Amino acid sequence: MTEDVLIKVGMADLNIAACGAVLRTMGLGSCVGLTLYDPLINLGGMAHIMLPSSEIARDGHLNAAKYADTAIPALLKLMTNHGAAASRLAAKLAGGAQMFALASGGDSMRIGPRNVEAVKLALEKFGIPIAAEDTGGRYGRTVELDTGSGVYSIRSVQYGVKEI
Amino acid sequence: MNLFLSDPDFKMDVLREVGNIGAGHAATALSQLLGKPVDMKVPTVSFLPFEDIAERLGGVETVVVAIFLRVEGDAPGNMFFILKREPARRLLQGLPCLEAAGSEDYSELELSALNEIGNILAGSYLSSLADFTGLHMSPTVPAIAVDMAGAILNYGLLQFGTMGDDALLIDTAFLEGPNQMEGHFFLIPDPESFEKLFSALGVPL
Repeated sequence: MTEDVLIKVGMADLNIAACGAVLRTMGLGSCVGLTLYDPLINLGGMAHIMLPSSEIARDGHLNAAKYADTAIPALLKLMTNHGAAASRLAAKLAGGAQMFALASGGDSMRIGPRNVEAVKLALEKFGIPIAAEDTGGRYGRTVELDTGSGVYSIRSVQYGVKEI
Repeated sequence: MNLFLSDPDFKMDVLREVGNIGAGHAATALSQLLGKPVDMKVPTVSFLPFEDIAERLGGVETVVVAIFLRVEGDAPGNMFFILKREPARRLLQGLPCLEAAGSEDYSELELSALNEIGNILAGSYLSSLADFTGLHMSPTVPAIAVDMAGAILNYGLLQFGTMGDDALLIDTAFLEGPNQMEGHFFLIPDPESFEKLFSALGVPL
């Protein structure tokens, strides 16, 4: 199949790709870049999750990809519709940083760690194991999932490229 | 936002003026700090998808120096003073009291100096805005980060995140003489703050 196909996933967006195509999302700060991967059919999915819970949504039409509790079922459904088996899926996640250390923090300042917690909770609910993660810290990340190998590479300004 | 259904052009004009007054005072403060003239561009006010806001700075992955403050009080919001690396370096070199190193990384002292510059500028931006509107607005202690523009701006957009996929941004760019030192002041009021701003300024809702 086609090599070197790059599929961009925007902020509060999700998408899937297969057979060697690369899914990429750029500039993750407090957002979480969640990927699910089915190694048998080389199908990968990625969501750029911005907020922990859709309960706080006030927009008329809910963007499922934006919230941890809605993005994971949406991505799962999309992938099973394309032949993935939920039992074969494993998750990798990156992001959830705390970009600024403010003295007068409030809860919104801890949004990165809260996103990570919410993603893990949702994965547990659907029984999806976490294969690897690179979360937290105080730096931004650009991430790519290679659907040929399932390798998740994470690039940051300070630390260069890391593969998980 | 429903607030912008009636007379949107006029409301955008009002917000542009808000940016003009705030940034005008901040530019004066910067000019005093550097001991040379600083120009500013006419502010732009726009409803932008989250992704496009980082495009203003050259793309999601462009490395920028950002000083972030949360605005507290009657009309809360987020404020960023953002510089690309080169202009940030020049800004440091322009400070009489600091021996700026030429290296890629910033020393603690340099980061602290940039943070303080952001603090001074944001303070003058907000105090002029508070005077003008009669609203109480005060900045939190600033925090600084050097990282990808997308990752940094994520933060300022969370309040909008619960409402939709666009944010309203008041953007003012600075220029310093022929050096073209370009800095951006982003004011991103929380969605709830617009009503307060408009009623304080006597704009019919």
